[in-house]
Amino acid sequence: MTPQLALAALVLGPAVVGVALALAGTTAGPRGRAVADRAAFPLAVATAAAALGLAALAAATRASAQAPFLAGAPLGLGVDGLSAVVVPAVAAVVLLVLVFAWADVREGRARFAGLMLLFAAAVSLTATATTLPALLLAWEVMGAASYALVGFWWRDDARVGAGTTAFVTTRAGDLGLYVALAGAVGGGLLGAGPTGGLALGDLAALPPGWRDVVAGGLLVAALGKAAQLPFSWWLSRAMEGPSPVSALLHSAAMVAMGGYLLLRVEPLLAATGWAATAAAWVGALTAVALGVVALAQRDLKQLLAASTSAQLGFVVLAAGVGAVTGGTAQLVAHAAVKALLFLVAGAWLTALGTKQLAGLRGAAGIWPVVGGAAAMGALALAGAPPFALWTTKDAVMAVALEASPALYAVGLLGAALSAAYAGKVLVVVLGRPRRGEEARRTWDSEQQGTRAVPRLAQAPLVVLALAALGLAVLGLPPAVGALAPTLGQDPASAGAGALELVVSGVVAVAALVAVVLLVRADRLPEPAWARAWLGLGAATDAVVRATLRAAEAAARADDALARGAAALARGVVGTAGATRSADDRLDAGVRGLAGRTDGLAAVVTRADDGVDRAVHGVAAGTKRLGGLARRAQTGQLHDYYAQLVVVLGAAAVGLVLYVSLR
Amino acid sequence: MLSLVIFLPLVAAVVLAVARGLPDAAARWAWVGVTLVEVLLVGVLWARYETPAPGALAFDQQVEWIPGLGASYHVGLDGLSLPLMALTAVVFAACAVYALAESTRPRSQAALFCFLQTTCLGLFAAADLVVFFLFFDLSIVGMYFAIAGWGHGNAPGSAQRSALQFFLYTFLGSLALLLGFIGLYVASGTFDMVALAADPPLVGAGMTGGLVLAAVLVGLAVKTPTVPFHTWLPPAHTDAPAVGSAVLAGVLLKMGTYGFVRIAMPMLPDAWRSSAWVLIAVGVVSVVWGALVALAQTDLKRMVAYTSVNHMGYVVVAVGAAGVVGGSAEEARALAVTGAVTQMVSHGLITGALFLLAGVLHRRAGTYEISRFGGLAGRAPRYAALFAVAAFASLGLPGFSGFVAEVQVFAGSIAAVPWTAVALVGILLTAALFLRALQRLLTGAPGEMTASVADVRASELVAVAPLLVLATLIGVLPRPLLEVVEPAAQTVVALVGR
Repeated sequence: MTPQLALAALVLGPAVVGVALALAGTTAGPRGRAVADRAAFPLAVATAAAALGLAALAAATRASAQAPFLAGAPLGLGVDGLSAVVVPAVAAVVLLVLVFAWADVREGRARFAGLMLLFAAAVSLTATATTLPALLLAWEVMGAASYALVGFWWRDDARVGAGTTAFVTTRAGDLGLYVALAGAVGGGLLGAGPTGGLALGDLAALPPGWRDVVAGGLLVAALGKAAQLPFSWWLSRAMEGPSPVSALLHSAAMVAMGGYLLLRVEPLLAATGWAATAAAWVGALTAVALGVVALAQRDLKQLLAASTSAQLGFVVLAAGVGAVTGGTAQLVAHAAVKALLFLVAGAWLTALGTKQLAGLRGAAGIWPVVGGAAAMGALALAGAPPFALWTTKDAVMAVALEASPALYAVGLLGAALSAAYAGKVLVVVLGRPRRGEEARRTWDSEQQGTRAVPRLAQAPLVVLALAALGLAVLGLPPAVGALAPTLGQDPASAGAGALELVVSGVVAVAALVAVVLLVRADRLPEPAWARAWLGLGAATDAVVRATLRAAEAAARADDALARGAAALARGVVGTAGATRSADDRLDAGVRGLAGRTDGLAAVVTRADDGVDRAVHGVAAGTKRLGGLARRAQTGQLHDYYAQLVVVLGAAAVGLVLYVSLR
Repeated sequence: MLSLVIFLPLVAAVVLAVARGLPDAAARWAWVGVTLVEVLLVGVLWARYETPAPGALAFDQQVEWIPGLGASYHVGLDGLSLPLMALTAVVFAACAVYALAESTRPRSQAALFCFLQTTCLGLFAAADLVVFFLFFDLSIVGMYFAIAGWGHGNAPGSAQRSALQFFLYTFLGSLALLLGFIGLYVASGTFDMVALAADPPLVGAGMTGGLVLAAVLVGLAVKTPTVPFHTWLPPAHTDAPAVGSAVLAGVLLKMGTYGFVRIAMPMLPDAWRSSAWVLIAVGVVSVVWGALVALAQTDLKRMVAYTSVNHMGYVVVAVGAAGVVGGSAEEARALAVTGAVTQMVSHGLITGALFLLAGVLHRRAGTYEISRFGGLAGRAPRYAALFAVAAFASLGLPGFSGFVAEVQVFAGSIAAVPWTAVALVGILLTAALFLRALQRLLTGAPGEMTASVADVRASELVAVAPLLVLATLIGVLPRPLLEVVEPAAQTVVALVGR
């Protein structure tokens, strides 16, 4: 298989299988749907496994491919150093999540597996896109697939609403991509360069002005997808979707692609200056603000969602300060850790019927494999040595320190908060398990639990837990040294120094211990403003309400406009009448009025009759198509027609005179 | 060959009209047969089409008609008209198939719609202003009868009132158009569109050119329709039968936007350039206003009708931006015009499908009131899938034709006139309104009328699915369409830039 073909198949294979499965799962007859549901996961897992192989092949061969699309703006795909790391990582998470879902998802299996594959295809295209049209195409399909996945349980209005919130919010950010594409066109990139036009790699060389437009657009789009401030709220709502969806979309893929895009266009951000600074600060502040939000949550999935925003804040920060190597490492490590934790949350939700921390006390002790994986995931999320996020975050922080001590300080606070909210999870799930009556009272708060975690669902947890430990190498000098040159970075300044590692390790452990003590003493503050996601939900609701009010006002104004147009029409007809001779006018006016009144009365009083007559008249008229134009069905029509012709005829004569006398 | 394509439906219309004894079923199938032959014939035209030289037409045919007036029967095709001819053939075929399950005077309906099809095809092929105007007006008359005769207003007589309002409004618009045509004729002595485009009169005529353009623009703006001339559209759609709405939105509205690129831009280039700002403003307002008002609608058909105002607004923005010649590259403006033409095709396919799907609801439940449905995904999964695909296509999701159109419109327009980025709000609002409609119609708990909605029948599926498949094909593989449109768009941009 040629590299080019492998790359195309990586995108098209899952897309075709996914669409076919989703269509079969929704539109086939009952028997067909049953067959599709049975075949769905074996087929999907096989497809995902093949995609992982293709991703590895494409990464190893640095494949590239192209398809014509718009004039001077083709769809370009290619694997470079950055995507060579990220694309296989995402493909691996897709595979693991699908294996888990095989055991976890009970209804609509074909639709679920199909949508997941379609989503995976969109992510592969997003990550390999080398031109703006390819990126925009993949980016929005990714959003639509996420809408369908978050609203997967469509009988529940709130869940579909959550999908709508996710799609509309991220699309608000996506408008930035449209602006960026237009900016690249304005900057003369149509048909330029070896890719055939609008290449992502050429953006940094745009002339100032258009370059700023493009950078701003991409920044907004990326912040929206990555659930950074002020867009974070949609991620909270998205937790109403199935857990495996969160395990893919809100760890390795959708949100991660926001951070990924900024890493990819880091030279452009740096070229403008302001865009890089803005990214760095938004990332750092999101790490802190959403860290506080995470710490205040009492629902495990909400906590994990807020922590996703916060952890991606470090990726965005990395793109802002030019720490592409560290950012990439952080992206991949976070993908593994967060996929693991969302799957654990999902396994417990299915088995115990709850995702409330209160109900999950001691959950780790019930299924030791799940519990052990959860503990490793939480420790990794805390940034505790020797787990993955400890080193990767520091690879970012080391560069941030050089850029600005203030940024570093804010980032360090974010790191401490990570340890704190991870510690909150850890202390709860590792606590003394509930028994008997007490357990029955707190379990099943969301749904009836199955009290079982199948082997098939446990297997991916083990793999991901090992990754949460092993990926620590990504932030350490040997791996950084190997990775940095492929990302166009200097290996010497890309990794975390020993001092940073010690400092952050100590900070993480200290914060962890502090939170454990506070939770034990039941004195951990959970302020309402933080639990409510800083009021972002209320703000979103306010925007929605204002928009709907504006829409209703516009609709009323439009109705008034329609009435005005009708009144104007009557006025015009009246004026036309006035131009006739007085007798004629009187005569016609009286007759017209009488005719109209009669016609209206006839319609109102003998409605059926009137309709019938009109209908028969029309039918008769239709048979004489040749005479249609001249044939008037009612006195009304005839009247108006003649009068309009008079007015327009007069205007035409006037214009002819004007033009010929000019 | 081209004239055969244009007039074959008219022949069928006459035959259907006089064949009084024809059984209903035969009339329905005859209509389907005619429209399928038309699809085939247009397919042959497309296959044999070779991009003509700039300003020239393929399949050019000219017969003397009124030599005293400089008017002739002149028809021909280029990259602007061929896609719309194809769209016309496809939309009418979908309507004919959809109407297989209609029982109200099918023979007359088939005759009327065949007549309408000739007016549409003739208008898009017209290369003479008199021919253009003739078909323009005849299409209005035909649509009047379609709404008045087969409409289904909420109140008795409301279809007739809406039809009359539609007729008066668009007829008034057509008279303004006629005024403009007369102005062009007086200034040049010919009605021939090829000649007028090659050697535009009124260049440098200042005020006069502006007045003639204003007359033409008002005529086209009413038909398109743009804000503030759009108020005839929602009642016309609400009361029109499903096939009438599909043709009205899918094909007839394009006559207005087609007029921009075919007549106004090439024949009045300097007036166009100086009024480009007005067009852009009208377009942006139409985009935002149409979407905003659509968001507030509770009636599915009115909602889709207002999204048409929004979608046609993108076309107006693009053709307006193409008139802002200073300071922007010609490629960007050509991109905008290509996007505008693509949008005409795309909107025809997608909105045609949406109106037919709205018609399915009315067939089952007798209402378009969104709040009376809900949970249709459970009761009618195939209907739900079709509707969801159509909705996502209409909100401009990549993978469908709407995206190919809108991304070009935006890229070209914003590159030429940066503040047209305001129109981007439109795609956010349409996303919100379609997802809201999906949520209220398809998901959640079943509504009051949900139980009465049986899933789509074979004829409904066969009518709607091809429209959506075509929209998807254009979305994924746009080259076959764009390769036809692009040279023509470049020609238009070059003509405006003179």
